[in-house]
Amino acid sequence: MSRKKVSVWSDNRFWQRSAIWVTGFASLLLIWLTFDTMGQISMGNQKDIDNHITKRVPSATVINYEVEYNMNQNRGHEVPVIGGDDGKGNSLFKVKEKFFGRDDYTQKEANALLHLGKLASQAKNCMDCHTLLGNGAYYAPDLTKAWLDPAWGKNGPMQAMTGKNTKEEAMAEFLQHPGKYPTHARMMPNLGITPKEAIGLVAFLKHMSTIDTNGFPRGFGKIKEGVVYAKSK
Amino acid sequence: MQSQSNFKYESQKLGSWYFTVAMILFGAQLVLGLVAAIQFIYPSFLYDILDFSIARMIHINALVVWMLYAMIGSVYYLLPDETGIETVGIGIGKLLFWVLTLAVTVVILVFVFIQVGPATQATIWLITEGREYIEAPRWADIGIVVVVVGFLINTFLTAMKGRRTGIMTVILSDMIALAGLYLAGMYFTDNISMDQYWWWWVIHLWVEATWEVMVGALAAYALIKIVGAKREIVEMWLWIEVAMLFGSGILGLGHHYFWIGTPEYWWEIGALFSSLEPLPLIGMFIHVLYDWGKEKGIKEGSGEDTTSNNTPALIWLISNGFGNFLGAGVWGFFHTLPQVNIYTHGTQFTAAHGHLAFFGAYATILIAMFYMAVQGKYGIKKLRATFASKMAIFLISFGVLGMGVALTIAGYEQVLIARAQLGATWNAFFVAQNQMWMSQAMDWRLIMGIVTTVGFVYLVKDLLTISKNPENVN
Ligand code: HEC
Ligand code: HEM
Ligand code: HEM
Ligand SMILES: [Fe+2]
Repeated sequence: MSRKKVSVWSDNRFWQRSAIWVTGFASLLLIWLTFDTMGQISMGNQKDIDNHITKRVPSATVINYEVEYNMNQNRGHEVPVIGGDDGKGNSLFKVKEKFFGRDDYTQKEANALLHLGKLASQAKNCMDCHTLLGNGAYYAPDLTKAWLDPAWGKNGPMQAMTGKNTKEEAMAEFLQHPGKYPTHARMMPNLGITPKEAIGLVAFLKHMSTIDTNGFPRGFGKIKEGVVYAKSK
Repeated sequence: MQSQSNFKYESQKLGSWYFTVAMILFGAQLVLGLVAAIQFIYPSFLYDILDFSIARMIHINALVVWMLYAMIGSVYYLLPDETGIETVGIGIGKLLFWVLTLAVTVVILVFVFIQVGPATQATIWLITEGREYIEAPRWADIGIVVVVVGFLINTFLTAMKGRRTGIMTVILSDMIALAGLYLAGMYFTDNISMDQYWWWWVIHLWVEATWEVMVGALAAYALIKIVGAKREIVEMWLWIEVAMLFGSGILGLGHHYFWIGTPEYWWEIGALFSSLEPLPLIGMFIHVLYDWGKEKGIKEGSGEDTTSNNTPALIWLISNGFGNFLGAGVWGFFHTLPQVNIYTHGTQFTAAHGHLAFFGAYATILIAMFYMAVQGKYGIKKLRATFASKMAIFLISFGVLGMGVALTIAGYEQVLIARAQLGATWNAFFVAQNQMWMSQAMDWRLIMGIVTTVGFVYLVKDLLTISKNPENVN
């Protein structure tokens, strides 16, 4: 291209090079951060739990433990607490909790349940009505901490409604026949979830509640008016 | 209709085929959006027949697919103009069009009639992948990749053989990145955090990086074509836009990594870079207005007719500049800081932004391309707006803006009541949903959705009949 001498600021070549450099630099930084993040969010295993190592995404075997969502003093926000709280919001990895009558799922068994549940969540499109970790659709409640929702607990209505004595059985029953247990005019439809898939899904939900989401959702289940099961329309 | 086509190149004709399918999918998107909006108000509507999840899934998949169709169509359309030659593998291009269209049809039929499957890999391969926006089953993913690779090779070979312009260089490298990113959405993992990490590579790095660059390139082409802007200037702007868009958008990805299990440093990175994302969008808006005004002034000075040679396309192009800035820039910035996002994340506020941004940034400029294709097809020198052109732009823009406002109000209410006040539980969710302000907003969203759909009918009518407008200059 024959052109008069122009200032660098109006030179296409200069801007083209700048675009390439900026893009390259941003991409490299992203790739580097991705490697770091991959390390930090890879799923833990039972050894981590045995060694009291807190992982951002813990082992599938957390289904054997009691789970809470408490304020962590160092972090300044709520975090999942697994197997008991040391008083400062850190996991003790001690207190167990039965999950469908057992608290001794092996790594393999727990992985298999989680795998089934994750597959089911995709095969049934949970994400197109609900949000998972806050992403998805806004037609139905966020499921990030659904396992910890007071409605499923001893003082909530769902165990009595489904005629079950434990949280996990109540959830599994609801997931198989949501049309039978409506609590709002906006009901969850029957998605053909089998008993086995339901157990997998509950494992998936329990595991998701143990993921360290940097304090999202804030104050989950802590506020009295949000917990008391208000009369629904 | 085919017979009276004035297209000089087969590539332009192929582009117009893509546009036709895009418009059909756009219509399907609106109808399914209405179904989903009705279900918010009357939850028993089509319950257990075509549930909200299915309606919504088709709504947003049709959206993504029509926009990809329109982008591919735009590239085929502008390719001969830019390179000066016919697309090299035009026969293969046409074949790939039919393959892709067949695949899309099958996917939609499966979504409508089979909907969900058992929890097996077979479901992921054949029915749905169940991940918002990219639910298409794995077989279709692979099909899409094959078709897109074919398209890329075709474009690349044509660009190598013909004239090499800055616009073509940008489009080619951008399309390669766009296609490559799709691969990040094709993998299954039990780890939901990992899953969403890569899912956002597709969604965010598409709409806030590669698609935006595509918009920059299309706007550059359109400015040259319809207001007669100077290529050198336009291409310089384009390179600046690429630098700013990629410079902010790539690491702006961090605004989706605040709460999905990823480390805290994403708070700072996401906040910083995504806050810069509105800057290029302001720049692009100013660019369109500036070039339009400048060229008009030059013509005025020399006593020429100052109107552009494609009025409807120009109006849509200007609304793109503004809508991109408003929907993506302003509404995006509203919730992009973690301090705000911890409350707004996954609420109707997100939906407000999603609608305004997708419409403002992409629907507008792609509709401008449809009008350019109509102009090309009938060989019209100056395409004038008709009553239907004006009704279309007014009703569609007003409708989408109205939906955006209604959803923003719904979002505020949900954020304050369900999130800040009541702590995000199941019960908190429904207390907020059953609030009067929420239900009124949902009514208004439906009403404004109907307004949008009426506008769409005008748009279809106009695209089919505008060539007969007696005011056109041939
Ligand atoms: C068509 C939309 C739709 C789909 C798909 C859907 N749900 Fe629901 N879900 C709802 C609605 C609506 C409610 C609220 C029901 C009520 O309050 O009566 C609900 C409630 C729930 C609840 C109780 C709320 C809570 O916070 O604990 C759970 C758990 C749940 N769904 C899990 C799932 C899972 C797991 C999937 C995927 C396998 C799924 N849902 C798919 C609509 C849906
Ligand atoms: C044309 C460009 C854009 C489009 C099409 C777009 C579209 C979307 C959509 C559809 C979502 C919702 C995704 C989901 O379903 O979960 C979303 C989320 C988001 N967008 Fe954008 N966006 C654009 C630009 C921007 C910009 C420039 C910013 C910031 C300045 C931004 C900030 C955000 C944030 C923070 C979220 C997360 C919302 C949440 O936490 O729920 N977006 N965007
Ligand atoms: C007839 C007009 C429309 C209606 C009634 C409508 C309705 C809806 C509904 C009900 C949802 C689900 C929201 C939720 O999960 O709560 C939705 C999602 C969405 N729609 Fe529309 N829509 C319409 C037009 C459009 C248009 C024109 C666009 C873009 C060009 C668009 C883009 C989207 C996007 C991106 C989402 C996902 C948002 C997110 O996840 O945040 N819609 N729409
Ligand atoms: Fe984003």
